[in-house]
Amino acid sequence: MVYSETSKSVENVGDAGSVDESKLWIRAYEQMLKIRVFEEHVNELYRNAKMPGLAHLYTGEEAVAVGVCEALRRDDYITSTHRGHGHCLAKGASIDRMFAELLGKEPGYCRGKGGSMHIADQETGNLGANAIVGGSTALATGAAMSSKMRGTDQVTVCFFGDGALGQGVLYEAMNMASLWKLPVIYVCENNLYNEYTHFSETTAGEMDARPKAFGIHTEEVDGQDVRAVYSIAHRLVERARRGEGPAFMLCNTYRYHGHHVGDIQRSYYRSKEEEQLWMTQRDPLQLLSSWLVEQHLADLETFEQIEQRVRAEVAAGVEFALTAPFPDPSEVDRDVYA
Amino acid sequence: MSMLSTTAGQESYGSGRDQQMREITFGQAIREALAEEMRRDPKVFIIGEDVAEAGTVFKVLTGLVDEFGPSRVIDSPISEAGITGLGVGAAMTGMHPVVDIMFGDFIGLAMDQIVNQAAKVHYMSGGKLKVPLVVRTTLGATRRSAAQHSQSLHAWVSHVPGLKVALPSTPYDAKGLLKTAIRDGNPVIYFEDKMMYQLKGLVPEDEYTIPFGVADIKRPGSDISIVATSSMVHVALAAAEILDKSGISAEVIDPRTTFPLDKQTLVESAKKTSRAIVIDEGYERYGVTAEIASVIADGAFYYLDAPVKRMGAMDVPVPFSPVLEDLTVPTATSVAELAKTLCGRS
Repeated sequence: MVYSETSKSVENVGDAGSVDESKLWIRAYEQMLKIRVFEEHVNELYRNAKMPGLAHLYTGEEAVAVGVCEALRRDDYITSTHRGHGHCLAKGASIDRMFAELLGKEPGYCRGKGGSMHIADQETGNLGANAIVGGSTALATGAAMSSKMRGTDQVTVCFFGDGALGQGVLYEAMNMASLWKLPVIYVCENNLYNEYTHFSETTAGEMDARPKAFGIHTEEVDGQDVRAVYSIAHRLVERARRGEGPAFMLCNTYRYHGHHVGDIQRSYYRSKEEEQLWMTQRDPLQLLSSWLVEQHLADLETFEQIEQRVRAEVAAGVEFALTAPFPDPSEVDRDVYA
Repeated sequence: MSMLSTTAGQESYGSGRDQQMREITFGQAIREALAEEMRRDPKVFIIGEDVAEAGTVFKVLTGLVDEFGPSRVIDSPISEAGITGLGVGAAMTGMHPVVDIMFGDFIGLAMDQIVNQAAKVHYMSGGKLKVPLVVRTTLGATRRSAAQHSQSLHAWVSHVPGLKVALPSTPYDAKGLLKTAIRDGNPVIYFEDKMMYQLKGLVPEDEYTIPFGVADIKRPGSDISIVATSSMVHVALAAAEILDKSGISAEVIDPRTTFPLDKQTLVESAKKTSRAIVIDEGYERYGVTAEIASVIADGAFYYLDAPVKRMGAMDVPVPFSPVLEDLTVPTATSVAELAKTLCGRS
């Protein structure tokens, strides 16, 4: 087993019985479910040939995006990745405009010019998903430098996967972030696979030794446990906001689907048993719902209501996108220059 | 060599022909542009290797850190990709960074940040995000710096939609174009000929900017058009002197920016003279000369009395030995010889 052996146990995040606490976790559940159901529909749109191109599904990793983004303000920044739908939704993107972008439609977040891998939403602080692995690490660090220079207390979160640990620019950026105490949190989602290759075949030494070498405060967390992710993210974000410098969160998680929606035959790089184990034993939605029930903070009816609401919202979003117009051909050479 | 732009009247500086001029170097002109823009806009800052106390290896930025402090003139690690990427991120969030890449050869290290990030952010975001970033770097051989410190790689970035590329050839142009670059809402790659830093020229006391996409006729003529960029403008002017002695009147035109490109001025000149040579210090193959020659051939086809010719740097890595290095760059003599051939005077 690779998951959670070295992860910290869930931290005590306070009085589980308080009203605010209950609201926070029920909201987190709803946010995670939104991502889960959104990605189900993306997969369906692909299988029914209604979506151009491919998409990289976030299913299984929901607790990372939601746990981290719940600790952020609306005006805090994030940068995302090719596997970015979860980050965008967790930071506040609307489902209908997300789907519209995925289908290359005019009302999409980027007017259909970005697609699944490039969703940017300035209004929610999303500086954009980046389809170059590690491509946003310096950008996020620059955004953090900008906040510091402009005298705001905005924090930037840079999401990336284990694959980005192979990219040199990450290390250049972390070096400068530490030198200049920039308010940036590097969130590494270790979903075990660089595309179709297990990270152990690509990554020498220990992952957490890398940020530590730059003097960056580093914490490892069970990325399937949204309460643990939130608790650490909250602490690190507030620390950065106070000017105490960057941090690195190593989140151990798992990608339920293949590298992208077309990656169906996966037996050459991972087993069905491994997938089943994560889906049945380590599912972030199940872990949270079980805990909420145990703590008497929610009952089955709560979850049913949430599910109905989310499914209705996602279905409406898909419908909106399917019926939305494509961009006018005159758009093709607009926005090349500001 | 000192020269005044013959079409200075097009530019947007204040008091017209009464204005006070003084002679400063190319390097001083760049420093003045940066200092003025940093005074005007607190969001402008400089980041790069040895830009602060050292004032860069070329001493172009000497003194700026004294006025603006180390938080706006930032000495960085030797991390070209990192600092360019930081610049992109800072530009996306409200700052106006000027990233210093010491040698143009080093943009290879920063190419993903320039090409895949800076150039595409505005378009990919559907026009929502902007990257008002300037990357200052150098070009030019004959400094005896060998293959990794001598290239002129401006064709690489001129190729990529989303980028603008400026190539000043005089102190006057250097200052006016850099101020425009800093005020532009797009990523601009600004190339300085490293052999030109001590070149003197007249520059107005008053503030001025030079719009992008406006070519400058550095010397009017009637028999042949020599389109030249950056370092090659001076080679072209020297060639024009040689040609003048043979009774050939050469017009020397400097596009000043490869994108946006002032196609109209280039084509009009070729229509007038009926012959054109394009020279540029980038590698000749697939180079800036090819693009400009094609523009002229297309636009002035029915007016041309000879094929449009082009001269770039020789297609070899720049050699160290002076005897070899000098062979790789167009010279006034070689340009004049080609011009004479085109004019049927060889």
